[in-house]
Amino acid sequence: MSEPEHALAAKSAGQLNDEMLSSMRTPTWQWYGLAFFLGAVVAWGISAFTYQVMTDLSVTGLDRPVMWGIYIANFVFWVGLSHSGTMVSAILRLSQANWRRPILRAAEAMTVFSITVAGLFPVIHLGRNWVVYYFMPYPNQRGLWPNFRSPLLWDATAITTYIIGSSLFLYLGMLPDLAVVRDRATGWRKKVYAILAMGWRGTAREWVVFRKASTLMAALIIPVAVSVHSIVAWDFAVTVVPGWHSTIFPPYFVIGAITSGVAAVITLMIIIRRVFHLEDYLTPLHFDNMGKLLLVICLLWSYAYFVEVQTTWYAHEPIEWEVWSFMSGKYTPLLILMLVGNSVLPVTALCFKKIRRSVRAMLVITVLINIAMFIERYLIIVPSLSHKNMPFVWGSYSPSWVELSVTAAAFAGFTLMYTLFAKFFPMVAVTDVRELGVRHTDIKLGRTKVHSLSEEE
Amino acid sequence: MEKITSPYKWGMVIDLDRCTGCGACVVACQAENNVAICEKKEIAEGRNMHWLRIERFWVGEYPDVRVRFLPVLCQHCHDAPCEPVCPVYASYHNPDGLNGQVYNRCVGTRYCGNNCPYAVRVFNFHDHEHAWPSPLDNQLSPDITVRSRGVMEKCSFCIQRIRRVKEDAKAEGRMIKDGEVQPACVQTCPTEAMVFGNISDPHSRVSRLSRSPRRFQLLENLGTHPSIYYLKGGGREHV
Repeated sequence: MSEPEHALAAKSAGQLNDEMLSSMRTPTWQWYGLAFFLGAVVAWGISAFTYQVMTDLSVTGLDRPVMWGIYIANFVFWVGLSHSGTMVSAILRLSQANWRRPILRAAEAMTVFSITVAGLFPVIHLGRNWVVYYFMPYPNQRGLWPNFRSPLLWDATAITTYIIGSSLFLYLGMLPDLAVVRDRATGWRKKVYAILAMGWRGTAREWVVFRKASTLMAALIIPVAVSVHSIVAWDFAVTVVPGWHSTIFPPYFVIGAITSGVAAVITLMIIIRRVFHLEDYLTPLHFDNMGKLLLVICLLWSYAYFVEVQTTWYAHEPIEWEVWSFMSGKYTPLLILMLVGNSVLPVTALCFKKIRRSVRAMLVITVLINIAMFIERYLIIVPSLSHKNMPFVWGSYSPSWVELSVTAAAFAGFTLMYTLFAKFFPMVAVTDVRELGVRHTDIKLGRTKVHSLSEEE
Repeated sequence: MEKITSPYKWGMVIDLDRCTGCGACVVACQAENNVAICEKKEIAEGRNMHWLRIERFWVGEYPDVRVRFLPVLCQHCHDAPCEPVCPVYASYHNPDGLNGQVYNRCVGTRYCGNNCPYAVRVFNFHDHEHAWPSPLDNQLSPDITVRSRGVMEKCSFCIQRIRRVKEDAKAEGRMIKDGEVQPACVQTCPTEAMVFGNISDPHSRVSRLSRSPRRFQLLENLGTHPSIYYLKGGGREHV
């Protein structure tokens, strides 16, 4: 892992800060254009949702028996995406993988934004959105209490915990960088960043505390992330719906979540690298390592999917098999796209170093993985509900324009939050990258120079 | 806290040999329970509001075709899949063994509807506040809420009738007599295919019928323990 550090070593501290904070320069008209476009899509989605609230749920494609549709597919998808930050940042931090440093901020921010988007969907899909506070255990005269046996309440609890935890994780890691920004800012911005940086001065004691706190947060956030997606899986696994009632679901969902999370981080890396000209910081080495990680996870996903289908096929229980045959019959193109995108293509392509190091190939693979993951969620939810136990009430579902508008708004809203975040906050973890640079030294051994890296503890 | 117990466990027996599939029960239920009158469009969308449906199956090949009818309403399961999944206790179990549904507590997650294997829970996808154009609104029962949009509803075994009879019995200091209370569907059935009563009383008509060798329950393998027993049909060649 020598190339990136050599490139960085030639640059002065000021230049490094400048380049890594390039996303925070005065916005160009393209930036305004993008923000306006995304804002317009979000506004369209909000008006579609308002229309739904003002009329009724008949504006969706839902019916009996398919009472959950693309809203819940969205929910599961966005919760899945939110596993990126935890995986990339926390696990790689604990395993001291140094190549994570330039991308950790992007991944952590992604966690916060996607879990926020995910948290909106259970509210959006309600029949009576205006009484959503019934979910909360607030004291009231009639002694009414939410039902803690319901997986939906577990969801609410887990997601709230995850939003709080991941926001803290993001903010904590950003403190020293905010101080860098504060030192470079002028005017009222300086005051804002001074408050945000919480008086960080960079003393030795502060660094010791910071290091301890971030390691602790990294260790604490992993079980939360695993539990969040297990709980989302329990929404399905604890029911008696054929096709949902499966014990493999929690680990399978967690693996699926990590797949889409890691793929999304790679996609983001590519976009950030291109937009903010960070070619020196996000090198082919990073894509190579992320590609290896993705390969392992895609293999795991393929295994989990195989186990799920194989047990259904082997048991051949009539109703379970009916759901599977209905799904593979009616949704064949989607099913094939899902299997190719999630399993066949990444597992074969990522074996090759050349492909892992090719930014363009990685972009195609990772975008396809996330399309496939969205399809996977849709195929879990809709076909199972279409063919439940009573053949007399079998039905079908296709999303309406309202549901599709809200879905589009979710994607646009996520991107918009990201765009704004990149403008106001350091997108690359400045201090983390520079810390690595400082730890690198070239030691002369005889006639050759040996690259050495000092580690703590 | 003292456990609430009840001497009543309401149950029903439906004799499929007697059912002619006339649909009188469906109409009676609709009239009794303020079930919304749906437009053609809503029914085409699969959003009809019937609490009770008659499933019709064709058996055999022409010319030897037989038709089978299966009236399906809420099975009032003793281990109901719909109950634990409701996040706000809108779906609950009452001491008489009924699956209650509290309309004004329902937030409309529709989780219960997904988890009901019998698919007997109906959701107000459409706004039905004005489903009774004048003078039809005069037929609305004052005993039951008219459900707003966005809530789940389902068969209650005509709980308003049970309540009324319970109060009468309590005033006279006695138990409810067998056959004293009947849901609208049972009362209307012209062939007496449906029998309703207290299943925890071994001498009640419903208890005796439920011990028939012809008895079975819907999706018994799921372990939901329904309160409704069906008696197998097929005694006659051509129904």
